[in-house]
Amino acid sequence: MTEKKCKINASSTWQELTPGGTIYDAANSEEFETGDWRSRRPVFYEDKCKQCGLCVPTCPDSAIPVIEGGKRTDFNFDFCKGCGVCAKACPFGAISME
Amino acid sequence: MSNLVEIRWHGRGGQGAKTASLLLADAAFNTGKYIQGFPEYGPERMGAPITAYNRISDEPITIHSNIYEPDYVVVVDDTLLEAVDVTAGLKEEGAIVINTTKTPEEVKGLLKGYKGKVCTIDAKTISIETLGKYFPNTPMLAAIVKVSGIMDEQDFLNDMVESFKHKFAKKPEVIDGNMAALKRSLEEVKGL
Amino acid sequence: MSIRERLSGNEAVANAMRQINPDVVAAFPITPSTEVPQYFSTFVNNGKVDTEFVPVESEHSAMSACIGASSAGGRVMTATSANGLSLMWEMLYIAASLRLPIVMSCVNRAVSGPLNIHNDHSDSMGARDSGWIQLYGETNQEAYDNALMAIRIAEHKDVMLPVMNCYDGFITSHSIENIELLEDDKAKGFVGTYHPEHFLLNKKEPIAVGPLDVQPYLFEHKFQQAEAMRKAKDVILEVSEEFYKLTGRKYGLFEEYKMDDAEIAVVVLNSTAGTAKYTIDRLREKGVKAGLVKPRVFRPFPVTEIAESLKNCKAVAILDKCDSTNGAAGPLYTEVTSALYTTGITDVKTVAYTFGIGGRDVKSSDIEKVYTDLQEIVASGKVENPFRYLGLKG
Repeated sequence: MTEKKCKINASSTWQELTPGGTIYDAANSEEFETGDWRSRRPVFYEDKCKQCGLCVPTCPDSAIPVIEGGKRTDFNFDFCKGCGVCAKACPFGAISME
Repeated sequence: MSNLVEIRWHGRGGQGAKTASLLLADAAFNTGKYIQGFPEYGPERMGAPITAYNRISDEPITIHSNIYEPDYVVVVDDTLLEAVDVTAGLKEEGAIVINTTKTPEEVKGLLKGYKGKVCTIDAKTISIETLGKYFPNTPMLAAIVKVSGIMDEQDFLNDMVESFKHKFAKKPEVIDGNMAALKRSLEEVKGL
Repeated sequence: MSIRERLSGNEAVANAMRQINPDVVAAFPITPSTEVPQYFSTFVNNGKVDTEFVPVESEHSAMSACIGASSAGGRVMTATSANGLSLMWEMLYIAASLRLPIVMSCVNRAVSGPLNIHNDHSDSMGARDSGWIQLYGETNQEAYDNALMAIRIAEHKDVMLPVMNCYDGFITSHSIENIELLEDDKAKGFVGTYHPEHFLLNKKEPIAVGPLDVQPYLFEHKFQQAEAMRKAKDVILEVSEEFYKLTGRKYGLFEEYKMDDAEIAVVVLNSTAGTAKYTIDRLREKGVKAGLVKPRVFRPFPVTEIAESLKNCKAVAILDKCDSTNGAAGPLYTEVTSALYTTGITDVKTVAYTFGIGGRDVKSSDIEKVYTDLQEIVASGKVENPFRYLGLKG
């Protein structure tokens, strides 16, 4: 990641905000942790997982990490909003919402 | 600004009174004057009475109202004499020019006792004989130049031939007719 | 040498646009501004400009297209009047808040209803708080000059706000008058080229515009707009000075006419100011010390400068060509009197006149009546009725 041109938060002053609120850095959703929106939590049962990869692209927050060799690992709970789309997508019952 | 000349045009929608006022502004502009040319916009319908205005001066013109006390009035259609108060506010030292087959004496009775100069011109006959069609604005333009003396007649003709060359670049055959209409009109104004 | 011409206000502005050669023009026709995009589209068709002309299906779309094109990094212009401006309403605020230097000719016309196509200032005055800079011009010359200067003002890095170039419908837009045009190369040299710092089509810097701006942010963003508007005052003067050096035509935040020793003065916008000058010349011959202040810049409002200009007058009439229908007086009156009070000037008598609504013609005798009223106010020391109407029947 390149260095952010402007770091703003709810305490930023008018001098610190960008004109018009324009966002100069692409992919800045990484700066914004949505994990605390979660009311239900997906549980990953690795033993049932066939590593088919169907769940990964369904996640709206890219909260299913994929490591080398194309293997998925446990959820990134900093970003998982608990929407449950991945659990519906899994054909093997490897994800349950709890 | 004693040299300010104010002219009011009365015509009917579609007869070219607005165009004539803009042509007069153009011609005066080309002789180095400050000019205004503007119609009074209303519901624009073919045949409805319309008014247009000219101010012509040697100095910059700042006033931006309509003209209520004109030096000259041009009436492009004599049927307007009964419909519109064409001499309203017209200065007695000024003049009115009317497109009609009648003589100045014959139309005077329709002018609510206007005591200034009354001129007439048969723009219809001139137009049909020189242009083959009824376009009253070309003869009326020459008539007001003649009556008001706002510019030298030869300068006016020289400017108009250039203007026609530009305007009728795609149909140069009509230039001679238009020039003939202007020249005849300069000669045939009655009541001077 | 400049080019001596005779043009209507709309033709003059379309020619300024030809010289500016904007990247995008998006417009929808409405009387009396229609001729601006009409003349300009012929320039597009004849290859005189390489502008992308977008003939949209409404004014809302026109301003939306302008916002898109300006965000993308283009130099963008448009024109409208009255109800067209009304239909742009929500996009006006968005253009200003996104800090997009769009330049629009607002050819002043009464906002319906009842339906009227003629001149008053209810359209642009309604939009006075939308965040746009507003320039007002008396003549076709001023409309043309303001169009050129508006580009430079809008795009200045300290400003980055849209500009409305306002001039009177029909009276200025459709009347043929003398004008001096800049040669194309001089005009082009003056406006230069637009190099936005951040823009959507910059592949080296992918950005996002128009985000949700929740409670911790919107107030600060609005303050940034207000700051830009405050800074615009100096920028307008700088750009006007540069324009003066180029053309010899001097522009400030407002024009003063015979104000040096004026005891009574009129404050009025646009073409009526010309009629007021004509009237003043005649009154001066009779020894009446009459003057005129014609604001050119209404947004930002030159608070201290206007107050300074009027402070030595005994009585001032402020003429609004629109009615705020607030049961009191129009926006120019409110702003001028507020400026006087704010700067501690309380001994100048003020009176408001609403006039010229829906194209009601303003004669020099009407303006003379105002000066006569002012003389009476000075003589009696009293303003019997501060909220008056001029030229109203009955």
